[in-house]
Amino acid sequence: MPGFDFSNYNRNAALHARGVPLPKATSTGTTIVGCIYDNGVVIAADTRATSGPIVADKNCEKLHYIAPKIWCAGAGTAADTEFTTALISSNVELHSLSTGRDPRVITCMTMLKQHLFRYQGHIGAYLVVAGVDPTGVGLYTVHAHGSTDKLPYVTMGSGSLAAMSVFESMWQPDLNKEGAIALCSEAIKAGIFNDLGSGSNVDVCVIEKDKPTQLLRNYEKPNERGLKERNYRFPRGTTAWLNQKVISKEDMKKYVTIETLSGDDNLAAGEKMEVDV
Amino acid sequence: MTSLMDHQARETVGYSFSESTAGVKQHGFYPYTDNGGSTLGITGSDFAILAGDTRSTSGYNINSRMVPKVFKIGGDDETGEGATIVLSVVGFAADGNALKERLDTVVKMYKYQHGKPMSVSACAQRLSTILYQKRFFPYYVHAILAGLDEEGKGALYSYDPVGSYEREQCRAAGAAASLIMPFLDNQVNFKNQYIPGSGEGHALAAKKPEPLPLETVKGLVRDAFTSAVERHIEVGDNLQMVIITKDGIEEVYHPLKKD
Amino acid sequence: MDHFPGTWGRPRNDVYGAYDPSYLQSTGPKTHTTSPAVTGTSVVGVKFNGGVVLATDNLASYGSLARFTDTKRLRVFGNQAVVGFGGDVSDMQYMDRLLESMDIRENYSSHGNMLNAKNLHTYLSKVFYKRRSEFNPLWNHVLVAGFDGEGKPFLSSADLLGTTFSAPHLATGFGAHLAVPILRRLFPEEKPIEEISREDAVDALKQCLKVLFYRDARSLDKYSIAVITKDGIDLKEDEQLEGQSWAFAERIKGYGAQAV
Repeated sequence: MPGFDFSNYNRNAALHARGVPLPKATSTGTTIVGCIYDNGVVIAADTRATSGPIVADKNCEKLHYIAPKIWCAGAGTAADTEFTTALISSNVELHSLSTGRDPRVITCMTMLKQHLFRYQGHIGAYLVVAGVDPTGVGLYTVHAHGSTDKLPYVTMGSGSLAAMSVFESMWQPDLNKEGAIALCSEAIKAGIFNDLGSGSNVDVCVIEKDKPTQLLRNYEKPNERGLKERNYRFPRGTTAWLNQKVISKEDMKKYVTIETLSGDDNLAAGEKMEVDV
Repeated sequence: MTSLMDHQARETVGYSFSESTAGVKQHGFYPYTDNGGSTLGITGSDFAILAGDTRSTSGYNINSRMVPKVFKIGGDDETGEGATIVLSVVGFAADGNALKERLDTVVKMYKYQHGKPMSVSACAQRLSTILYQKRFFPYYVHAILAGLDEEGKGALYSYDPVGSYEREQCRAAGAAASLIMPFLDNQVNFKNQYIPGSGEGHALAAKKPEPLPLETVKGLVRDAFTSAVERHIEVGDNLQMVIITKDGIEEVYHPLKKD
Repeated sequence: MDHFPGTWGRPRNDVYGAYDPSYLQSTGPKTHTTSPAVTGTSVVGVKFNGGVVLATDNLASYGSLARFTDTKRLRVFGNQAVVGFGGDVSDMQYMDRLLESMDIRENYSSHGNMLNAKNLHTYLSKVFYKRRSEFNPLWNHVLVAGFDGEGKPFLSSADLLGTTFSAPHLATGFGAHLAVPILRRLFPEEKPIEEISREDAVDALKQCLKVLFYRDARSLDKYSIAVITKDGIDLKEDEQLEGQSWAFAERIKGYGAQAV
């Protein structure tokens, strides 16, 4: 069976009626924007993910890949923006393979709105879709209920008003690439500093005709953390324990194969974690 | 001690959910709001520190980046000159203000009538009664009172909204209290810290808490706030730090992140 | 001809039956304003070198109806303070009467010292707080502009709950979302207000009102603006927003595939 699994629906409805609250989803109380210019389109996003008033991720990615020249900025429920864009990205690629043509922004936007409309707003994805295709430049917003909009500059998320205040007082027709990037970045910063749901860094994506798409991850970092004043390293043996069990590498080898990596840091996958020194 | 706030948060005991939600919901005027922010206080052998961020919020908006939450109580003039007691309030700012002004008036009146400043312990008891007087329409604030006791030691009292209070070494309150308090337990009272090699298993000796020097405490306060700012959206903008010693009250401001 | 004037204009008893007096309730529970009726939207204000500017549009809405289009929402108090009202208009008019009676009392008093904007703000916030504590709120959010006791520019806010705060630039209602980001961008808080000129402050507020007119569905392009300086109050109540740009609208076709 394709689609979502509804087998827990009745149980959850009964629990909800008795006052059990819904589990808290990580939402991206967000600022996302988009702006077209003479030869392409720019979208941008902040990088804060929240769960209620708590910052869940200080540097998350809200710019999602759909196709090489179609990208999507997502606000709303983090999982919904992630899965919806991934699904549409797959379908757009299959469609492109089957037709043998480059995918179009309007195709992607229509697939998104039809998908979201079917779920009547229960999929909480609020998106800015942007891209360049054989018909030209496209920039749309798609709301969770399935409505869309086509405008030269758009904003979404909890910081949409702060960002829109920048566009409404600084936007002008016939922007060039640099102007559009600067304007979008300024709009995101308005969200970062005025909206509590938005924060940390600015991500930008530039999609230009006849040029490869540029993803400018952390294009601006206006909120770097200062150094801590004190050292929070504990002497070895500070933590109490009642039992200890040592498992040697030799013992482990009975169950798994172990390969020893060289000390080269570059081998470690993923982003480096912040560790107190 | 169970405080009122814990009880309200859960509503019923025994079930993880409330039994019934019967009855129609009526929309009316709700006389409270939450203005966010966080405060914390730590004492030492001859000083007390009260600190708070200066952000005022409503919803996802920042009302102002400069609204102090720590006030001098019972000073001789508008600037609070001559005060020996400090109060911090966090929660509903209008109630916080009203509470601060009530206590300020009481402490001033005491001085005029008795010809000597009010002791911190007396002021602490009085604040408790002020809060309890509004038991059924509470001041929606978490207050912390600080000063020096009769022996010149740092004194810190923390309150729940209806007047339950306790003298403590350290306390965090407000939006990021749940983030800061465990840090304070560990760094001020050395909770979960043991002396390495002092014994095996249950014989391992816990690290004894002792009053910390002023500079250490200042560092802890700043680290507590710069860290709370990282993970709580309602905390930020500036850190207001008020240090009470026998030489008087010193107030310093320190910038925090503004996102 | 009905010869009894007392029944004129009433449904006739012989047609509709006798009037049911139970409809005319003279007793019953005391009721309060629990939601506003006729409302004004944003108030915006900013401090500059030597004074404060305050502005509102001239609209009073009745729900989504633009009901009154020439409502003056800036009220001058004495000659050194202005109050800008957002929220319920009837409560605004009540507070205006409070302020006027206090102004008259002040003027006739022997001590002669007038209340400054800071005093006025303290008074208004206490009125708000008292009324909210009685569960009978005055449904307003106001900005008070003028000077404090030391003669420095003063700008502060008070709302129906009695919450107060002040900043170099403030806005109520929709303006808190749209205008404050503009003002914070134009006049960063680390920049001292001595570096902001009167012209810059006025231009900034006009820009804010324009953006509000573009995006706040309960706003108007007619506005009032008050500049408070030591020389007095320059209040203009019938201004028209200028330099609007709707040219972009021509290029927009539909919301999707539509191209014509």
